[in-house]
Amino acid sequence: MSNVDMGIPAMPAPDYPAEVRRRLESDAREVIARYPDSRSALLPLLHLVQSEEGHVTRTGQRFCAEMLELTTAEVNAVATFYSMYRRKPSGDYQVGVCTNTLCAVMGGDAIYASLREHLAVGDGETTEDGKVTLEHIECNAACDFAPVVMVNWEFFDNQTPASARALVDDLIAGREVAPTRGAPLCTFQQTARVLAGFPDEREGATDASGSAGPASLAGLRLAKGESTPGVVAPRGAAADEEGK
Amino acid sequence: MTVAAHDGGQDEASQPSTHGDADPQKLLAPVLSAHWDEPDSYTLAGYRRHGGYQALPKALAMDPDDLIAYVKEAGLRGRGGAGFPTGMKWQFIPQGDGKPHYLVVNADESEPGTCKDIPLLFANPHSLIEGMAIACHAIRSSHAFIYLRGEVVPVLRRLQLAVKEAQEAGYLGTDALGPGKDLTLTVHAGAGAYICGEETALLDSLEGRRGQPRLRPPFPAVAGLYACPTVVNNVESIASVPALIDRGKDWFRSMGSEKSPGFTLYSLSGHVARPGQYEAPLGITLRQLLDMSGGMRPGHRLKFWTPGGSSTPLLTDEHLDVALDYEGVGGAGSMLGTKALQCFDETTCVVRAVTRWTEFYAHESCGKCTPCREGTYWLVQLLRDIEAGKAQATDLEKIADIADNINGKSFCALGDGAASPIFSSLKYFREEYEAHLGGRGCPFDPEKSTAWAANPHSAHLEVNA
Repeated sequence: MSNVDMGIPAMPAPDYPAEVRRRLESDAREVIARYPDSRSALLPLLHLVQSEEGHVTRTGQRFCAEMLELTTAEVNAVATFYSMYRRKPSGDYQVGVCTNTLCAVMGGDAIYASLREHLAVGDGETTEDGKVTLEHIECNAACDFAPVVMVNWEFFDNQTPASARALVDDLIAGREVAPTRGAPLCTFQQTARVLAGFPDEREGATDASGSAGPASLAGLRLAKGESTPGVVAPRGAAADEEGK
Repeated sequence: MTVAAHDGGQDEASQPSTHGDADPQKLLAPVLSAHWDEPDSYTLAGYRRHGGYQALPKALAMDPDDLIAYVKEAGLRGRGGAGFPTGMKWQFIPQGDGKPHYLVVNADESEPGTCKDIPLLFANPHSLIEGMAIACHAIRSSHAFIYLRGEVVPVLRRLQLAVKEAQEAGYLGTDALGPGKDLTLTVHAGAGAYICGEETALLDSLEGRRGQPRLRPPFPAVAGLYACPTVVNNVESIASVPALIDRGKDWFRSMGSEKSPGFTLYSLSGHVARPGQYEAPLGITLRQLLDMSGGMRPGHRLKFWTPGGSSTPLLTDEHLDVALDYEGVGGAGSMLGTKALQCFDETTCVVRAVTRWTEFYAHESCGKCTPCREGTYWLVQLLRDIEAGKAQATDLEKIADIADNINGKSFCALGDGAASPIFSSLKYFREEYEAHLGGRGCPFDPEKSTAWAANPHSAHLEVNA
């Protein structure tokens, strides 16, 4: 009978080095203090341990269990339920292509296929240089900007296969990349720290990319009489075109 | 015109041809989105410049029970999908029970097609925070949570900033709701799970567990977060409260209908000329929205659409004049849902669309109950076969049968949602399914559906460039 890998880490796990442990314990206590019940801190703590090692390691699971007086089995059950927790070493940049129906139809499937070929990786796999992990993601609440690509959970709106290939090329080359909505990219580990509830301390990160994105303003601009459907072919022309 | 190009049978009068019928300045009503075009709309200064935090002192001057009654009389209904009256939800919280009460805002927006709360929180997070302070006064809560889906870090940053600003300004923190009445607001980032949009799964997740729905009763109003009385409201519902209080229930009721009063965000997406957010009184129609915004992309016609995300049964171009309010969409056999108007044109294969949604439900099924866990799995296998031309006519009966065994027989609404696209697509597009059978496979070219197909200089790309 073959062995089935259930993804359950061997326990007991080794501990963090003492200095790391001290630092993380201090952060963890700050997170736990936000909640009336300590267990509520588990999701943020799993983000926190991802910010340390880039994925949820068995050491990280042991750490969460000890901080919250849970068993490692309880922590593992939670860590394996949520799709944002990475369970193996992965890239500095998590590139997610939305392939839920709307984005897929608008071109997400083509973008995803193009990136797989361009990067020569499969779903959830990482480029050999450890820079980019590619995955397809579910609807990320940006359908009016379709097709959408997320990198470290910042929005790259209205993508095409060519723009997405250029994007990952920039990431691999180490060039600075800014999303259409969100802050200039930091690494996955730095992003995970924001998710754990520690605000991004980079100057201007919160203000980056301005207020609402262009599509968000479509109705407002019409309501204010600021724009007309001028960019669209006039009705008559559209009807004529259809008749051809 | 493009929208109605298919309904040749309709008379001229029903097709808005004059500018007045589709005048966006008359038909739209930006409230929450009114100042998103200002560069600092998401800051405290930007919010206060237009009357922000004026409603809070008015609400705090009211007795909590009177405040609840006021919101009930205004008729505000939940904007997260189900449309339950917000004031009634607040009223269910038992008073004088000696337990802490909690307000939990559901910002887990993950329903496919839904994209209103995320732009709202990105551009105007203080409307939510002011609304939460008002709601906490009403339900006598001193600790509120925002459960934000984790995959939207730019929004998380702005919420963290907004809470800090509100705290420094005294809208949150010690004595925020009056002498001896503190208010703590915790922003909590989720970790990727659609099911956590279901309110009891959200509560389990917020308690540090797998997000799986709870058996009800007891309802969250009685035993919610930490088994204490809890109100779970959608972002847009709570963010609408400050304007309602500040400008009054009569103003609020001047929009929409008797049963569906007020304003709301409609999200146009897909093969439309101008995708985006359109805030309007409840009851506007898709035809009005498309007419004012340039219709479908040039040269194409509407084939099918969702009124409120993938869990709401599909509609077609027969339904362009359905009033987009709770009763109107319900009467058309669907649900208003989240007002996520995903519009697909004639280049789109409905089997492909439904297969992808079904793959989503199978992926997101939490596994707790058998009909949903097993049913969605088998639906995916059958739909993939149909799309690939490997299925037989009996397989269409089989997917209908499986959907029937999920719908209403699952633990939570995720199962019902998974059945919706199956039923509705079979109802309106059975012939298209049949065209896939017997080795024929999908007759559509996916390249033609892409945003860059046909006309690379289309408005769709220009608007968002």
